[in-house]
This record gives sequence, C-alpha cells and structure tokens, in this order.
Amino acid sequence: MEIKVLGPGCAKCSETEKIMTEAIAETGITATIEKISDFQQIAKYGVFSTPAVVIDGQIKCVGKVPTKKEALAWLDW
Amino acid sequence: MPTITSDHPPDQPLATATKIKYILMILTGLALWLAIYKNLHNFAEYSAFSLLGLEPGSRLGEAVLFFIYDTPKVLMLLVLIVFAVGVLRSFFTPERTRLILAGKSESTGNVLAALLGIVTPFCSCSAVPLFIGFVTAGVPLGVTFSFLIAAPMVNEIALVLLFGLLGWKVAAIYMGTGLVIAIIAGWVIGRLHMERHIEDWVREMHIKASDVPDEKLTWAERFGHGRTAVRDIVGRVWIYVVLGIAVGAGIHGYVPEGFMVSIMGKDAWWSVPAAVLVGIPMYSNAAGIVPIIDALLGKGAALGTVLAFMMSVIALSLPEMVILRKVLKPQLIAVFIGVVAVGIMLVGYLFNIII
Repeated sequence: MEIKVLGPGCAKCSETEKIMTEAIAETGITATIEKISDFQQIAKYGVFSTPAVVIDGQIKCVGKVPTKKEALAWLDW
Repeated sequence: MPTITSDHPPDQPLATATKIKYILMILTGLALWLAIYKNLHNFAEYSAFSLLGLEPGSRLGEAVLFFIYDTPKVLMLLVLIVFAVGVLRSFFTPERTRLILAGKSESTGNVLAALLGIVTPFCSCSAVPLFIGFVTAGVPLGVTFSFLIAAPMVNEIALVLLFGLLGWKVAAIYMGTGLVIAIIAGWVIGRLHMERHIEDWVREMHIKASDVPDEKLTWAERFGHGRTAVRDIVGRVWIYVVLGIAVGAGIHGYVPEGFMVSIMGKDAWWSVPAAVLVGIPMYSNAAGIVPIIDALLGKGAALGTVLAFMMSVIALSLPEMVILRKVLKPQLIAVFIGVVAVGIMLVGYLFNIII
C-alpha cells in the first residue's frame, strides 16, 4: 500500500501523518508513507485544501485531520 | 462526485429518543451556560473585594477585578461561539465554495467570496493550495482575493473578543468594514488585470476535475465538528486570551487616563498609517491583541486608529506573504498589500472622523 500525506507542513499535517503511521502500526500491514509538501505536486493531485490523504492514488480525505477510526477503515481493517 | 457514506446513512432518521436526548442536552447546556455567564460580574466583585479584600476603586483592585471578570467571560463566549461556528462550518467545504464561486461574475463573486470566507473552514497554511484550486477552476483572480482577505480578517475569535470586551457595536463595525475591505480590495485587484503576475507554473497547470469525495454528515457528526473546533481552537488560543487580558488589566489599572491621546488619539493624523505599518510585520492572532486594544481604547486611543492596527496585524501578515510568494510574483503581492493597507487606513480615518 502506498500512502501519501499532502500538506505544506503545518501542525495539522504532522498530526495527520502521525495518525496514519499509528494506524499502519496497528494493522501490521506493509505500507509506505510519504509526506508531500511541494505545492506543485499537491496541486497535481487536484487537492486544494490540506491536509489530504491519498492511498494508492485514491483521495481519501481533504481539509481535515482524519480520525484513527477513519484511517483504519481506509486500510481495510 | 463520489460520496462517502458515514457510519449512519444520513437518510435513516435518528431514533426519536436519541433526538430528544440531543435537544435536552443542548438546552440544559445553554441554560447552565447562561446562568453562569449572568453571574460572572457578581462573582468577580465578590472575589476581588470580599475574598481578596482589595479596595474598590484602587489601582490593584480595578486591575484584579478586570482580570477575574473578563477572563472567564471571554473564555465562555469563545467556547459557545467556536462550537456554533464549528457546526456551521460543517455545511461548507472549500470544494463546495469553489463550485459556487467558479460560475460567478465579478462584483457578485466578490461579495459572495467575502461572505464565504467567513464560513468556509480553511487553515491559513492552505492558502497556496486553495489559491491554485480557485484560480485553475476559473474563479476570477479578484474574487479569489476577496476570499483570501476576508477569511483571516473576519473570524469568529476576533468577533467574540470584540463583542465580549468592547460590545456588539464595535464587533459589528469590525465585521462590516472587514467585509467591505475584502469585497472592494478584491474588486480593485480584479480590475487591475494582474493575471500575468501569477507564477507561470500555476497558469500552465491543467488540473483534472476534482474527484474529491463529498461527505454527507449526520447531526451527531456536525456536533462532533463543533466539539473538535472547541478543543482545537480554544485549546490553542486560551493562553493568549489570558495573557492578553492580564496585560490589558495592567494597562487598565496602572496607565494614567489619557496617556494614549497624544500617540493614538484622533488628532494625531499620522497615527493611522503608522498603526497599519507597524501592524504588517506583527503576527498575532485576534485572541492576544483584542484585550490590549480594549485597554488602549480606555486610555484615550481613537477607535479608528485601534481598529486599523488590529486589521493590519490580522489581515496582513508577513508569514502569509512569504507563502503566497510561491504562487504570486512580487508585483502582485505589492499590489495586494497596498490595496488592503489603503482600505484599512480609510476605515481608520472614517471612524476617527465619525465617532
């Protein structure tokens, strides 16, 4: 699984990354997590409110910090 | 647009019992809130003069009274309003706002954008992605600026503090003039046709239609948004409120009456532009600055000058300019700062003349 956290690097973006990392650890699945902070790259995803989470190319949420429950659901857990 | 269904499908009505439970909880909460709020002044006087034994009318007594009355008052207002705004904002997303604005002409678009700037949830670090999203979707440049100016300037924290410390009239003046500045400044920027001063890579960008999931929320989830907003925002700003009120209380009790008249009074014409200039590099949130402004007003500073200072601090911040530089060329940033600064100065002079 390829997880990308999109955000320029404010507190909410770091929080989102932390929640995704924790969710991955809880499920024990193998997944890569990548932080994307370059505006040009973020725009290419068609996302314009950050933080956003993209899993395997699919946009899962934008403009908010997801809850752990949501994160686990996206990982099919 | 694909739809994410939440845990409870929205078309399934909440069980009547749950609904009644919610309504009762809200009513009880509001009644309790109101009962405490109404008695804050008595409690503060009792604490300051009976419990602590301070002399009414003495410097220390007045400063302490100011602090123990205004701190809980402002914090309680903050919790209530931030919760309400959190619920309100769950009806808006930047995606929906963009859809509304994309089809609009200028003028109407400027007015709508400024109003939507107040209710659309938007974190200031999203300014650049949002700018790209708006402009590439065909939202006119000037309309985009109306949004970007209104969003930080007219915010619930500023309004709560102005209302709590200075009364509803000042809060209404601030909100009204803030909106007018956002609408007119955006319109002026649009008239100047500065599209070529957007960075080239943004203009060349072709973004696929957004396939961002559109969420349907239940009321329980909307209240959840309100709770999260209270935890996030009040958790972040309470310390500034308390510090701001403490400094304000000090000024209140110890700085002589009329001290600010010569520096920030009506007759010092240069004080309005000076207040705006000083405000640009200052970066503070409304929470810390309003209590100080309140105290300055009490010492003879003119309302227009003080409002101009506050607007400049909140709406024109250096860090935001640095971020926006990634998508705007320097000329456009300069015009943005110039137009907004002139608008703020006009507001400052206007209120110094009429009040």
